[in-house]
This record gives sequence, structure tokens and C-alpha cells, in this order.
Amino acid sequence: MPDSGAKRRSKKAGKPRRASKQPRWDLRLYIAGRTPRAERALQNLERICSEHLAGMNRVVVIDLLKTPHLARGDQIVAVPTLVRNLPTPMRRIIGDLSNTERVLIGLDIRAR
Amino acid sequence: MPRAQSPRVKLQGIRKCPTGIRGLDEITEGGLPRGRATLVCGGAGCGKTLLAMEFIARGILDLGEPGVFVSFEEPIGDLTANVMSLGIDLRDLSRRGLLAMDEVQIERSEIQATGEYDLEGLFVRLGGAIDEVKAKRVVLDTIDSLFDGLPNEAILRAELRRMFRWLKAKGVTTIVTAEQGERSLTRHGLEEYVSDCVIQLDHRVRNQIATRRLRVIKYRGSKHRTNEYPTMINNKGLSVLPISSLGLSYPVSKARISTGIRRLDAMLGGRGYYRGSSILVSGSAGTGKTSFAAAFADSVCRGGQKCLYLSFEESPEQLLRNMASIGFDLKRWTTRGLLQFRSQRVTMYGLENHLANLHLWVEEFSPSTVVMDPVTSLVGEGLSDEVEAMLTRTIDYLKGRGITAFFTTLPKGGVQHEGSEVSISSLIDTWLHLRTFESGGERTRGLVVIKSRGMAHSNQVREFLLTDTGVKLRDPYVGSGQVLMGSAREVQEAEDQDRAREAKQAFERRQHDLEGERQKLEAQIKAMRLELKNLTEEIKAASGTERLRTTRRSQERRQLQISRKAD
Repeated sequence: MPDSGAKRRSKKAGKPRRASKQPRWDLRLYIAGRTPRAERALQNLERICSEHLAGMNRVVVIDLLKTPHLARGDQIVAVPTLVRNLPTPMRRIIGDLSNTERVLIGLDIRAR
Repeated sequence: MPRAQSPRVKLQGIRKCPTGIRGLDEITEGGLPRGRATLVCGGAGCGKTLLAMEFIARGILDLGEPGVFVSFEEPIGDLTANVMSLGIDLRDLSRRGLLAMDEVQIERSEIQATGEYDLEGLFVRLGGAIDEVKAKRVVLDTIDSLFDGLPNEAILRAELRRMFRWLKAKGVTTIVTAEQGERSLTRHGLEEYVSDCVIQLDHRVRNQIATRRLRVIKYRGSKHRTNEYPTMINNKGLSVLPISSLGLSYPVSKARISTGIRRLDAMLGGRGYYRGSSILVSGSAGTGKTSFAAAFADSVCRGGQKCLYLSFEESPEQLLRNMASIGFDLKRWTTRGLLQFRSQRVTMYGLENHLANLHLWVEEFSPSTVVMDPVTSLVGEGLSDEVEAMLTRTIDYLKGRGITAFFTTLPKGGVQHEGSEVSISSLIDTWLHLRTFESGGERTRGLVVIKSRGMAHSNQVREFLLTDTGVKLRDPYVGSGQVLMGSAREVQEAEDQDRAREAKQAFERRQHDLEGERQKLEAQIKAMRLELKNLTEEIKAASGTERLRTTRRSQERRQLQISRKAD
């Protein structure tokens, strides 16, 4: 599980260019149990992060079966859902992330 | 399953889950199918959310069944505030652990789809909420948002189907609301998944007035009523009015109530209207319908009974003043709480609301008599067949409760005779028709009893006056083979008097003449009698003289003989 970067969750995205080690990207992947689809989503996410966000990201995986209350708090309906908390604005990407092109668009890495 | 048990299970039919919503349980004959899902569909603003919310709240408050409310559209704060006005405190219910609310927000603009997904997130949330309060009831309000927010409809549909199965397996009774589609019941064809019971709400506008209806389109495995029922939302929540089914089995009373007009009582077999009957007073403008209504209200209150007076044209103050001017002091009854006025412009609500208001007031006040003045105002509010249906319901409702109903009605098109525009005449027990007669440059008011079921009644057209001591019926003038009213009647009466006087004078004159003649004759008789008497006396005198003469002559002869000494 790529959980790279320091655990500075409160760090704002306001000064991203100060150091390249700072995670500019705060991503969360919500899954419900280790289903094949969830595994697929994880692999896809790892690949995309390493290819496009090299070291600038932090990914937290949240299993809703273990922390069900987070489904409500973070407004999760469908799984897997990838949420881009930072940089703002918030983005959600639903599905197993198998379409890399659309994930990049969804994360605003590539223009829509 | 043991064989012996299966027939019993079969006979039981499906179990019902009472909604606690006024009227809805009657229509569905007990409530929604327990442990299954019910679809509530309808257009925007037709009360879907309220119905669903009441289902949950009544379930908790009245039936002790905890519930889960999942809102896909409205924020929970708004919902809480909205139903607070109905006296339901959602926050308190949540605190007491009887209600779990969840707000599902789906922003399409934030969402990008990349491949397959499922709705496990929603399942987790729903499952968590159900377990949290041990819910028996679940509401998903409006599930359409999922279609708007989530991509790949095929997956979504499959997931929804799975969710309804899952809910059924959990044994909760569910209401799913959905927007009405243009051609189908719901925009996204949800009736395909939720097909045990489908309720349609409708909010239509006619003549700029909105009316709400509810209809149970489908109810698998249960008898239900299929009509459209008027529905209203007021400060007590949603009410459905299932009243058109009362039938004709109400009890009847032999007791009578005075009409408030002494001589009208006499026309109606001597004792007035039947208690619990329906009375119609028809007549064109200015014939005195309201005065008859006031007279009756006065009479009811005089008997210590309560009367509800619905006025569609005049304010209570105006009515009180106007009726005081013709001798009905209704104010004393209002202060004593026997008489209640409810004035409202017909245009304020749709027909259903008027009817529903009537129900509420009748339940609150429990009057023995309801006066509606005039019902024809309602005709402007709907097509007349709707008004007819509404009045039928009203009359059925009032009769079912033994309440006397007094309506006034104004025939459309001016001074039409006997054509009660609203054809409710067949529902009416006693029908008085007021007419004005125009002749000799004036209008006079006349009254006729068109019908009065179950009592002998007068067939005369009677003139009446609105005096400062009430409504006064006058004696019918039936001279010279016609009924006359007003000053025509007075002229006729004067003429009749003159004629009588003349006749009397002529008679006196003649009598005088005859008397004179008689006297003359008598005088003649007297004179003749005198003459006769004289004559008799004369005859007598003459015969005396003659005798005297004869005597004297014989004496003289004898003396002569003596003197001659003859033998």
C-alpha cells in the first residue's frame, strides 16, 4: 500500500512549491472489503501515482467494512471511490480506475 | 415447511404496516406491505417527502417502530426544520435513538467514472443506520438523485435491484420516493424494482387553484381502494380523505328542528326540518337565502345545540351585523360558544382543502348542524361535477355523523327557476326555493317547498317579508284565482274592500228603499183600516137611525090607531 510522504494531514495545499518532498496530493481510496475489484483499483492507483505523481502524493486506503462511519462522513455511496482531498477542489472518481485516461482527467492532471 | 401450517399462512395474506397517516391506512386497508418496499411517486412538490417523513415519524411516535430516513435531496437540517412545523421534533427522536438520518450528497460535477463500481458504500451506510436504531422502517427519499449523479446506469440498476432484495431480506418496510416521469410512473422506471405497492401523489392546478390527490395504483396481494383521494397538507401533516365510500347506511333521526320561522314550520308538517337531514335553500341573488340560514342557525343555538356556519361570501362581522338588522342576534350564540363562523374565500383553496377543512372543523367543534352559504361559490372553483362529487362526500360525511346540513345555492344564470345548477338535488331531503316576483314595478319574495322527504308539506307559494323581527311568512292571497304578492296584493285587497263596501252600500240602499215602501204600504193599510172603520161606524149609525125610524113609525101608527080607536 503506497502511503508515502509524512503524516502531515493538516498541511494545507497553499504552499506546495516549497519543497518537492511535500505531498501535493492527498488521495483516499474507499473500498468495502478486499474484493477483486478493490484490488484492481489499488493496483491501478499505484501505477498511476508512480507514473504521474512521483513521490508527490499520499494515499490512504479506507475499508468501509472496518470503519463504516466514514462512509457517511465522507459521503461515499459507490465503491471503490477515489477522493482527491488535495489539491482543492475535491474530486471523486468512481470505479476500479481501469481507464487511466479518465482517472487523469478526473484528477485534473490532464485537461478535460 | 410442515404441510399442516401452509394453508393457515396462505389465509393470513400479507401483513400490513400502518403508516399512521390520516386516511391512508383506510385506503390501503391497513397500511403498507410489511417487510416490503413501497414506491411513492409524483411530481415536484406533491408531498412525497412529507408522506415518507410522516411514515417514519408516526411509526416512531405512535407505533413504536424505529426508522431510518435517508435523504438524497434535502439537507437534514432543512428537513428537521420543515417537519418541526408539524410538531415533530426529529432531533429529539434521534437523541432518543429511535431515528437515524443520513444525507447522501452526490455531486455529478465532482465525479468521474472509470470502470466498474458497486453501491456498497450506500449499503454500509444504510446497514449501519438500520442496526444503530434497530429500524423497522426505512425511507429512501428521492432515489432519482443516484441516476443523476452516478454513471453507468446498467450497474446502478443492478445495484438497486440488489438493494431492494437486501432490504426485503432485512425485513424492513421501505418507502422509496421517485419523481414522476413523463410517460411512466417514475422517471427512471423504478416501478420495475419496487412493485409490491405503488402510491401516486398528484398536485394539479385547475383554475389557478392547486389540489392534491393520492391514488394507490397497485398493491400486490391486497385489496385496496383504487380511487383518487383528495389529500391535504396542513399543520397536522398529510391527510387523505377516504370519504366517498360511506354509502347509504347512515342512521336516521325522527327528531325535528325548528326552521326558526314559525309559519315555515307549519308548512313543513308543523315541526320543521328533520335532524340530520340535508336542506337546500335555492334562490337567485337577494332572495333571502342567508336570512333563512341565519334563522335556522338561530333556532339551532336556541335549542342549545352547536352550529358551524361556513360563509363563502361574507365575513363573520358583516353577517352578524346584517342578521342583527333583521332580528337575529347571533352574537350571543358566538359568545356562548354555540355558533362558530368560518369565513373563507372560495378561491383560497382547492375543493379538497375546503372539504378537508370542514372535516377538521367538524372534528374540533362537533356541531349538530353545519351551514354552508352558499355552496354554489364552489362551482367557480372546479367543474361542477367535481363540486357535485365534493358535496356528495360532504353530505355523506355529515349524514354519517348525524349532522344536519344546510346549504344555500345560487342557480347560475340569474333567475332561472328550479334548475339547481349543482345537481345535488337528489341528495337533498328538504328543498326550499326562494323566488322573486317582479310585477307592478317591484320585487317581492316568494317561497315554495319543492320537496321535503318524509313529511307532509304545503304546496303553496308563500310570500315572505324580511322584517326587523325576523322572516315573516304572509297569508297567501288566493283571491280571483291567482296568487298575488307585494303591493299588487295590497291593491287587490283594497279593491276587494272597495267592492265589498260598495256592495254593502248598495244593499243598505236597497234595504232602505224597501223599508220605505213597506212603511208606505203600512201607512196605506192604516188609512184604509181607518176608512173601513168609519164606514162600519157609518153603517152602524145608519142602521140605528133606520131602526129608530121604524120604531118611531110603528109607535106613531099605534098612537094613530089608538087615537082613531081602531080595533
